[in-house]
Amino acid sequence: MSWLPTTVSGRFYSLLLLVLACAPFIFEWANQPFYLDLLSRALILGIAAISLNLILGFGGMVSLGHAAYIGIGAYCVGIPAYYDFYNGWLHLALALSVSASFALVTGAISLRTKGVYFIMITMAFSQMAYFTFLSLEEYGADDGLVIYSRSEFPEWLSMDSSTGLYYWIFGVLLLSLFFTQRLVRSHFGRVIVGSRYNEQRMQALGFSTYRYRLACYVISAMICSVAGMLLGNFTSFISPDMMGWTRSGELIFMVIIGGVATLFGPLVGTIAFVLLEEFLSAITIYWHLIFGVMLVLLVLFGKGGIHGWLAMLDRRAADHD
Amino acid sequence: MTDYLLKITDLNKHFGGIVATDNVNLSVQQGRIHAVIGPNGAGKTTLIAQLSGQIKPDSGAIEFGGHNIINDSIAHRARQGLARSFQITSVVMPMTLLENVMLAVQGCSGHSFRFWSPVASDRGMRAAAMASLSEVGLDDRAGRIAANVSHGEQRQLEVAMALAMKPRLLLLDEPMAGMGKEEGAMMVDILNGLKGSMTILLVEHDMDAVFSLADQLSVLVNGHIIATDTVDNIRANDDVQKAYLGDGHA
Repeated sequence: MSWLPTTVSGRFYSLLLLVLACAPFIFEWANQPFYLDLLSRALILGIAAISLNLILGFGGMVSLGHAAYIGIGAYCVGIPAYYDFYNGWLHLALALSVSASFALVTGAISLRTKGVYFIMITMAFSQMAYFTFLSLEEYGADDGLVIYSRSEFPEWLSMDSSTGLYYWIFGVLLLSLFFTQRLVRSHFGRVIVGSRYNEQRMQALGFSTYRYRLACYVISAMICSVAGMLLGNFTSFISPDMMGWTRSGELIFMVIIGGVATLFGPLVGTIAFVLLEEFLSAITIYWHLIFGVMLVLLVLFGKGGIHGWLAMLDRRAADHD
Repeated sequence: MTDYLLKITDLNKHFGGIVATDNVNLSVQQGRIHAVIGPNGAGKTTLIAQLSGQIKPDSGAIEFGGHNIINDSIAHRARQGLARSFQITSVVMPMTLLENVMLAVQGCSGHSFRFWSPVASDRGMRAAAMASLSEVGLDDRAGRIAANVSHGEQRQLEVAMALAMKPRLLLLDEPMAGMGKEEGAMMVDILNGLKGSMTILLVEHDMDAVFSLADQLSVLVNGHIIATDTVDNIRANDDVQKAYLGDGHA
């Protein structure tokens, strides 16, 4: 059957997507609804990590403020819901437009800087968003905001059941994977990737790299805001904590664990991160310590993350042929 | 009146107390190869950087194709037809040679806010890129990663990328830098092939190459042009001999 993936990594990712597609049935059969919750959260963060990878991995723009867009997306559900506006399309449109505007303004300023300055300035902007929501007494400030009902969509798109919400998440995940795959190979994507490695050369070739990078930054923020909109619906409780800079740092870890600038890396990295967090914290309250050591080892020895290992297996298999 | 594609007038650039460009006047005629020679530290690279837009001059004018480009960005100058190669190889190392040249073709073919169709399936762009690669004799290397080919081939790639932009003026910053004898001879052949059809401003250290290629020659010493003339006249010029060429060439 020639249409089956032939490489180790290809098989692994296909199997992963297949398992994710059947997950609600598997967990229902096993009578383990908790794991569907866990997986839903992992996939939402996976979408956020995929969006971060677009700028951090493919574009070489390391942002320490990406969680701001998760928060913006979540509050675009929470605040309208507070006023009894539950229309899902409204939530989605708000999330996309508010995140795009915030990214356009902050990106236009941040992208004038490079390297560590870019990291600091993106973090500063996300902290500004964090403290803004922290000061909004009307919307709960640091106590957060309870969302009493999920975003309303037509019957066939309803996210009211946990299975319905799961397939929403899975659908957005597939879309963002597919979009990333197309984008990176497109004319636009080549400019983004080229600018990561050699911006001077790209300018000498006639590309106004700043504009392209800004556009990429905005696209990435918009995808991330959809993750936020899903997270708001999933947790049904939102607070400024969702957009703190430590959250942004975790997103960076998820991308690195999985493999920077790869299609599936951020997804497998996030799943690994969430599962480790879950199981380690069940074993001991000092799980952060174990987790920290594992991350250090991964960064030191596991170059390329999980995808890196799979790619190594691909190469070994190819050498045997 | 002669037709000048590039006209530099009274260009000045200081870095603190150091004069890098001292009242430079230089004109490049359409279809000619104009070489700039000068000892190390004469300000050749600074001059190129001001032409391509990396450095803003303190004063003076740079006219390209009839209008002043002094306030245009690097990318804008490139789109107007000013292509350059770098003294220190500057390509996208993890990409293949073909991908590099395709980027160059893409850079001068309208905007790249095209998010959907894959570049690799753009046959027109691919064909144009392959043509440029074969112009410098790299067509059989198209699929190799830039980081994995020899230094000489990377230098050829630089030229292929500049050519792929279909430029009106080629700025070549020491294209023979760090090349062996054979590689250097190959580069001279490539540039000779462009003679007459392409306008080139060539900054180069290798005297033999310059003498065999250039129509016009300017000698830059301490940021100032001390002479501009034909190759033969420059060779015979006593000032130039003293200031630059030294006893070895006398």
